[in-house]
Amino acid sequence: MNVKALIVALCLPLPALAQGFAGLGTDAEEFAQPAPATVLQFPADHGAHPAFRIEWWYLTANLTGPDGTPYGLQWTLFRSALAPHDGQGWQTPQLWMGHAAVTTPKAHFVAERLARGGIGQAGVQAAPFSAWIDDWAMEGQDLERLRLTASGRDFAYDVGLDATGPLVLHGQNGYSVKSAAGQASHYYSQPFFQVSGNLTLPDGTIPVTGRAWLDREWSSQPLAQDQTGWDWFSLSFDSGDKLMGFVLRGTKDFTAATWIAADGSATALPDGAFVAVPLARRAVAGREVPVEWRVRLAERGVDVTVQALNPEAWMATSVPYWEGPVRIFGSHAGLGYLEMTGYDD
Amino acid sequence: MNAAIFSALFAHWRCNPLQLITLLAGLAVGTALWSGVQAINAEARASYDAAAATLGEGMYGQITAQDGAPIPQQTYIALRRAGWNVSPIVEGKLGSVRLVGIDPLTAPGGIGPVSVGSGADLAAFLSGAGQIFARADTLLHLPVTGLQGIATPEVAPNTAITDIGLAQRLLGKGDQIDRLLVAPEQPLTRRPLAEVAPDLIETDAQGSNDVARLTDSFHLNLTAFGLLSFAVGLFIVHGAIGLAFEQRRAMVRTLRALGVPLRRLIGLMVVELAVLALVAGVIGVALGYGVAAALLPDVAATLRGLYGADVSGQLALRPVWWLSGLAIAMGGTVVAAAGALWSLARMPLLASAQPRAWAMARRQGRFVAVSLGLLAVAAGIAVWGHGLMAGFILLGALLIGGALALPPLLGLVLRLGEGWARGPVAQWFWADSRQQLPGLSLALMALLLAMAANVGVSTMVSSFRLTFTSFLDQRLASELYVSASTAEQAAAITALAPTRADAVLPILSIDQQIAGLPAEIYGARDHATYRDNWQLLRAVPNAWEALAQGGGVLINEQLFRRAGLDLGAEVTIAPGVSLPVLGIYGDYGNPVGQVIVTEAVFRRQFPAVVALRFGLRINPAQVAALRAGLRDQGGVTDSAMVDQASIKALSLEVFERTFTVTTALNILTLAVAGFAILMSLLTLAAMRLPQLAPVWALGLTRRRLAALDLLRAMVLAALTGALALPLGLALAWALLAVVNVEAFGWRLPMYLFPLDYLRLGGLALLAAALAALWPAWRLSRMPPARLLGVFRHER
Repeated sequence: MNVKALIVALCLPLPALAQGFAGLGTDAEEFAQPAPATVLQFPADHGAHPAFRIEWWYLTANLTGPDGTPYGLQWTLFRSALAPHDGQGWQTPQLWMGHAAVTTPKAHFVAERLARGGIGQAGVQAAPFSAWIDDWAMEGQDLERLRLTASGRDFAYDVGLDATGPLVLHGQNGYSVKSAAGQASHYYSQPFFQVSGNLTLPDGTIPVTGRAWLDREWSSQPLAQDQTGWDWFSLSFDSGDKLMGFVLRGTKDFTAATWIAADGSATALPDGAFVAVPLARRAVAGREVPVEWRVRLAERGVDVTVQALNPEAWMATSVPYWEGPVRIFGSHAGLGYLEMTGYDD
Repeated sequence: MNAAIFSALFAHWRCNPLQLITLLAGLAVGTALWSGVQAINAEARASYDAAAATLGEGMYGQITAQDGAPIPQQTYIALRRAGWNVSPIVEGKLGSVRLVGIDPLTAPGGIGPVSVGSGADLAAFLSGAGQIFARADTLLHLPVTGLQGIATPEVAPNTAITDIGLAQRLLGKGDQIDRLLVAPEQPLTRRPLAEVAPDLIETDAQGSNDVARLTDSFHLNLTAFGLLSFAVGLFIVHGAIGLAFEQRRAMVRTLRALGVPLRRLIGLMVVELAVLALVAGVIGVALGYGVAAALLPDVAATLRGLYGADVSGQLALRPVWWLSGLAIAMGGTVVAAAGALWSLARMPLLASAQPRAWAMARRQGRFVAVSLGLLAVAAGIAVWGHGLMAGFILLGALLIGGALALPPLLGLVLRLGEGWARGPVAQWFWADSRQQLPGLSLALMALLLAMAANVGVSTMVSSFRLTFTSFLDQRLASELYVSASTAEQAAAITALAPTRADAVLPILSIDQQIAGLPAEIYGARDHATYRDNWQLLRAVPNAWEALAQGGGVLINEQLFRRAGLDLGAEVTIAPGVSLPVLGIYGDYGNPVGQVIVTEAVFRRQFPAVVALRFGLRINPAQVAALRAGLRDQGGVTDSAMVDQASIKALSLEVFERTFTVTTALNILTLAVAGFAILMSLLTLAAMRLPQLAPVWALGLTRRRLAALDLLRAMVLAALTGALALPLGLALAWALLAVVNVEAFGWRLPMYLFPLDYLRLGGLALLAAALAALWPAWRLSRMPPARLLGVFRHER
C-alpha cells in the first residue's frame, strides 16, 4: 500500500478544504467510501474516481546507468477533491498535485506542480490511458505500455514502461484496510514494469534501464486520529518475489503487507506479520529520519537490512516527506523504494 | 528593600513633577515624530509591496498578446502543457475598483492573499460562494457581488483579488485571460514560446520594484526628518535626566550611606528609567499614529502624483513600526541616561554633590573639543568621503558637532554683548544671560537642531520642486505624448499625425549595456524642440549641432557619475561603434544610465527597433481635437495619450501636497523645541531666584525683570536661529550633493530661499516667546515674600 500519498494528499489542502467546504452548508454531499464488496473494473478503474476525496497514481523505479550507477525515479499524480463531483471550468472541486524526483547516490532532484481540474491542465483518463499535469505525463494505449515524462528546474526524464506481469490487488481483492479502526482504501499495483529511457541531469543525459512499480489507490477516509505517519516499503528481491509492507505509526502501530510471488500471485498478510525496526537515523533537512531498517516477514523467511541509496532523498514539497530508492541485503538481496512521512520535526 | 529604594527614587519625581513631565513629554514627542514618519514610510512601502505582490508587476516576467488582446484560456493550457511555468491573471474594473483574478495554485510565490498550505482559506477561495480580498475601504466601494468580502491590508489600494474563475464571471470575460506571469523558476525542458503561441510576447522582470526605487528619495528625506525630530526630543530627555540625576546625587549618597549597594541602586535606576521610557514610548507611538494618520493622505497624494505609486490613505497599525517606536524610545533613554549613570557609578561614596557650575564649565570645555572634532570629521567626509554610509556619517557629525558648538559660540557672543553694553542693567542682562546659558543650552541645542532641520529640509524640498518642474518643462516639451501598442498602430500614428500636428517626434529606445552598466539608448530626431528646451549640465560648444551630425552622444548625469564618462570620453553604443560625449543632462529620478544619439545613427545601428512612442508638437488649443482624431481614426486608447498640460498641473498639485507635509513637520519640530525651552525656563525659574532677588532689591520691578527674561529668551532664540541657518544650509548641501548622489546617482542643484528662512526665523522667535511667556508671567506675579525669602535663606 501506499499510505504515502494518503496523508500527503490529505495534508495538502484537503482536510481544511473539506471543512471549509462543509461549512458552506447547502452542499451536503458526502464522499464515497471504499467498500469490501466493490469489484475493481479495468480499464475504468485506471481513471479518476471524483466521488472519493483522494486518489493517486504513484510510480517509483530503480534504474541503472551504463556505468552501473544506481538511480531512483519517482512520478506521482495526486488528486484531491473539495467536493465529491467533477465538472468543467475553474469551479471544479478537483485539485491535482504532481511530484517528480530523481535520486542519484549523491544528489536528489525534486519538482512539484499544482493544478485545478476542469480546465485541462491536469487530469486522468482511463482509455486510452493518460495521466497528466502540465507537461508531465504517463500515457499509453493501456497500462501495459506507457511513456513517462517529467521535468523540473534542474532535471528531466523521458522513459518507457513495459509491463511484464499482471496487476496485483492488495488486501481483499483490492480493498485494503489501513487501521484497526477500519479505515480503508481501494489499492492495486502494477509492480512488474521494465523501464528504459533517459534521465537528463545537470551533467548531461544518461540512458538508464531498470524496474518500476506503479501504485493506484483511492479513498476518502483520513487516517485514525492517533496515527502520526507511516513507513512504506516496496521491495523487489533478486529471486523475482516482491514485498509491499507498511507501518502506520500510532499509539499502537498498525502493519500490513502483500507478498507478491514472481508469477504475480499475491498473498495479503495481516497486522503484525510485517515487522520493520529502524537501525540508523540521520539528520535530514533538520529532522531525524531513519534511513536504515531491519525488515522481517517471518512466514516467508525474510530478514533483511534496507538501506537508503541516498539518505538525503528529502521531498521538500508543499507537504514534505522522505522518498527514495533503497538497497536490500540479508536473507534476500534486491532493490526497492522507501517512503517515510510524519517526521516533521 | 527594593520597594523602599523605589519609593525614595520616585519621591524625587513627586517633588519635581515638572521634570517628570519634561522627561515624558520630550521622549513622547520625539518618539511621536519619529514613529509618525516611520508609519508613513511603512504604509507607503507596504502599498508598493502589495501592488507588486498582487499584480506581479516588476517582480515577474509577463506574457501578453502582442496587440494587447485577451489570451484564450486554451493557449494558457497549451503553454502549461508545453512546460511553461506561467500563471494566469484576469483583471478589469468592477465599479471603480480594479478586480484581479488569480489562480493560487500556479501563482508564483507571494502573489495574492491565499496560498497552498494556508488551509481553509484556500478551500473557501477556490470553491463555493467564493471570496474577495481587498482593503476595508475598497470593499465598501465594491458593487454587491454576493461574494464573501475579506478585509486585508496586504492587498494594493483600490484593488480587489478573487479567484480567477469568479473574476472571469464578474467581468464577463468568458474563457479569457489578460496576461500570464512567468515564474522565475522554469523546467529544464520546454518548447519555445514562438512555437506554442506565436501571438504572445514575453517581457522580462524588471529586477526590482521600480516605483519603490523612485520613491526611495522621498522616503529617505522623510526618514532624515524623523531622525532629526527624534534627536531634538533626545536633547530634551538628556537635559531632564541630567538634571534629575544631578539633583539626586545627595539622595544617592544618603542611600548608599544607609547600605544600599551601588550596583543595586543603579540597577533600580535603570528599571525606573525603563518604565518611564516605556510609558513615554507608548504615548509617543499613540501620538505618532495621530501624526501619521493626519499626514498620510497628503503623502499618499504626493506619491501618487509624483511617481504614480498607489498608496493607501488609510493607516494600518503595523507591529513593525510601533515596536520600533518603543525600541527607539528605550534606546533614546539609554543614550540620554548613559552619561548620568556612568558618572553616578563613579561617584565616590563620600563625595558631596559637586558644585554645579564647575561641572558645567568642565563639560563645556569637553563640548568644544568634541564639537571641533566632529566638524572636522564632517569636513573630511565632505571632501574625501565616498558611499552612502559616509553621507549619513557626515549628516550625523554635522548635526551633533553643530549642536555641541552652540553653547561656546553663544557664550562668546554674549561676552561680546557684555563688552558692548553700557549701563548697569544692560551689563547685568548680558552677564545674567551668560550665567543662565548652561541651564538653557540643551533646550537651545534642540531649537538649533529643529531650525537647522527645517532649513535643510525646506531647502531640499524647494530645490527639488524647482528642479523637477523645470525638468518637466524640458522633458515634456511636446504638447501630446502617444504610445502605440503595435507596429501597425505606430504606422497609423505616423501616417495620421503629420496632417494635424506641427511635428511628430518618434521616440526610439533600446536597452543596452554601456560601459558595463545597464542603460537605455534613445534616438532623437533633430528638431528645435530639443535644442530649445533641454538644458545641459555641461557641454562642449555647439553640442546640439554635433549631435545632429552624428558626431557624438549626450549622456545623463547617472551614466556620467557611475561610469566616469566625462565630456569627450568615447561611449561604445554598439560593437565597434564609439562616439564622444558632447554633453551631460540632468535626468532626475531615472535609476539607469541613458545615452541620446541622433535618429539617423540610431536607425543605422538598431534597424529592428520600431518607434512606439511619439511626441507631437501642436498648438495647445488643438490638443483635444488631435486626441479625438487619434482615438477615432488611429485606434489609440485614451490611456495611451498624455497631454503636457495635465502632467504639469498634476505635478504642481503634487508639490502643494508635499509642502503641506513639510510645513506640518516644520511646525511640529519647532513646537517640540519650544516645549524644550519652556521646560528649561520653568526649571531654571526656581533655581535662579537667588540671582534675581538682589536685582529686584536694587529696584528693578518684577514686571521689568519679566520683560527682560522674555527679551532674553528671544535674543537667545535669535542668536540660535542665526547659527542654525549655516548649519541648516550645510545640512541641505549634504542631503542634496552627497546623500542623494550616493543613493540615487544624481545631484540636485541647491537653491536658496531667503524668505522661507526669514519666515522660519520668525516662527522660531515666536516659539521661544511663547515658551518664555508663562515663566515671565509667573515672575511678574511672584509674591515679593518669595524674593525676600532668598535673603532669609541665604547660604
